[in-house]
Amino acid sequence: MSADGNGPMLRTEGLAKTFTLHLQGGLRLPVLRRVDLDVHPGECVALAGPSGAGKSTLLRSLYGNYRAEAGRILVRHDGAIVDIASALPRTVVGVRARTLGYVSQFLRVVPRVPAIDIVAQAARGIPYDEARTRAASWLTRLNIPARLQNLPPATFSGGEQQRVNLARGFIGCHPILLLDEPTASLDNDNRDIVIGMIREAKEAGVAIVGIFHDAAVRESVADRLYHVTPLQDAA
Amino acid sequence: MSAEADTLLAARGLGHGFGAIRALVDVGLDLWPGEVLAVVGESGSGKTTLLNVLSGRMQPESGVVWYRDPAGALHDVYQMSRPALRALHRSDWGFVHQNPRDNLRMRVSAGGNVGERLMAQGARNYASIRAEAIDWLTQVEIDADRVDDMPHTFSGGMLQRLQIARTLVTKPRLVFMDEPTGGLDVSVQARLLDLIRTLVARLHIAVVLVTHDLSVSRLLADRIVVMQRGRVVETGLTDQVLDDPQHPYTQLLVSSVLQA
Repeated sequence: MSADGNGPMLRTEGLAKTFTLHLQGGLRLPVLRRVDLDVHPGECVALAGPSGAGKSTLLRSLYGNYRAEAGRILVRHDGAIVDIASALPRTVVGVRARTLGYVSQFLRVVPRVPAIDIVAQAARGIPYDEARTRAASWLTRLNIPARLQNLPPATFSGGEQQRVNLARGFIGCHPILLLDEPTASLDNDNRDIVIGMIREAKEAGVAIVGIFHDAAVRESVADRLYHVTPLQDAA
Repeated sequence: MSAEADTLLAARGLGHGFGAIRALVDVGLDLWPGEVLAVVGESGSGKTTLLNVLSGRMQPESGVVWYRDPAGALHDVYQMSRPALRALHRSDWGFVHQNPRDNLRMRVSAGGNVGERLMAQGARNYASIRAEAIDWLTQVEIDADRVDDMPHTFSGGMLQRLQIARTLVTKPRLVFMDEPTGGLDVSVQARLLDLIRTLVARLHIAVVLVTHDLSVSRLLADRIVVMQRGRVVETGLTDQVLDDPQHPYTQLLVSSVLQA
């Protein structure tokens, strides 16, 4: 893996994750073992496997939201290679700001902030007025009408909140995007819009790792599957 | 012992006790410019003592705190003269108290409370001090026509916003905050959180934030320090510590929070 030229944007080597539940008498739950994954620019890898196999755990580990137990998570960032698994927290903050975007299943934001500002605040390196203009166009594309854009999303439906979350994830134009069930609560029309956004991102060279339960979505965006298999309980 | 390059504030080996109670046990931390660090833990875990010690308001029994001035020189906070430390607190540092009345002068107008910090820095032009005070009141969403009103006519949320205006008017690089949303109604907390978050990001201010409210730390902080009985038991990225806590005490704290 090289810092600038060709090769993957994201690579894991021997990634492992076990949860230790101290409140349950130190119960150990091994979830990931020897995960070796490469994702190239413009490629979309879908994580596949039964419920509980550890797909979300893997995605969250890639983002540094879960702490890797062993192995490396290498990303190309600012012309260098950073290992998310061992980087200092403030380095990970920088990686997330400029390189690694994440669309979670649920929106978690400061209450009472209008949807348009939630999205605009996720834009990078442009004046705030312009960020708001872009936020409005992402939200409009995702069928959040102008009259809703100036309202805080707390009262929005699940599908509307998810679309605010998607706008927030895509406005940053990160070269790597992690998508956790981006279409889970969307109707068919909005699902197709999101498929279009993911395809455009791929054409722009974004490397994508996603969990897509909807087979139609998976087939229309994923270049290949990475199978996450449940580990035997080794406690 | 040494401070890492380009840290704004660094502490090593802080120890302090109140009688038999150990409030701080070998605490060390680093803070970088523009970084928001939350210190969380239950009452009595030592987090407020840590804030007082880091800000030089209290000298611990052991340990050292370094501060890097704008010119890049490191200062041992406990070796600084009283006047030098006071000058630092008036300019490059700020302190936001849980109770705004501990910081505001209740018999001085809102504008005077903000302008006073500028005058303490040597500003003398009345018109420009007033203009800047009004600008700051507006930034913290207090109507400009309240500039001559006394703080006792303000609500709790407004007082807290006035305290923030008074603190930030000197453009500090480092602000210490002790439960800044603590005494406020929930409806007011959200607005204040958004205000703090926006101002801190825009002005690139480093913050040490003490809070017992994990959701406040999630929304404001880049990094988190978990304290238990005077010790730092866990530290890391805020969302990582809250979503994948490693230490038994952190797991207990996180699992004890009601999901709203």
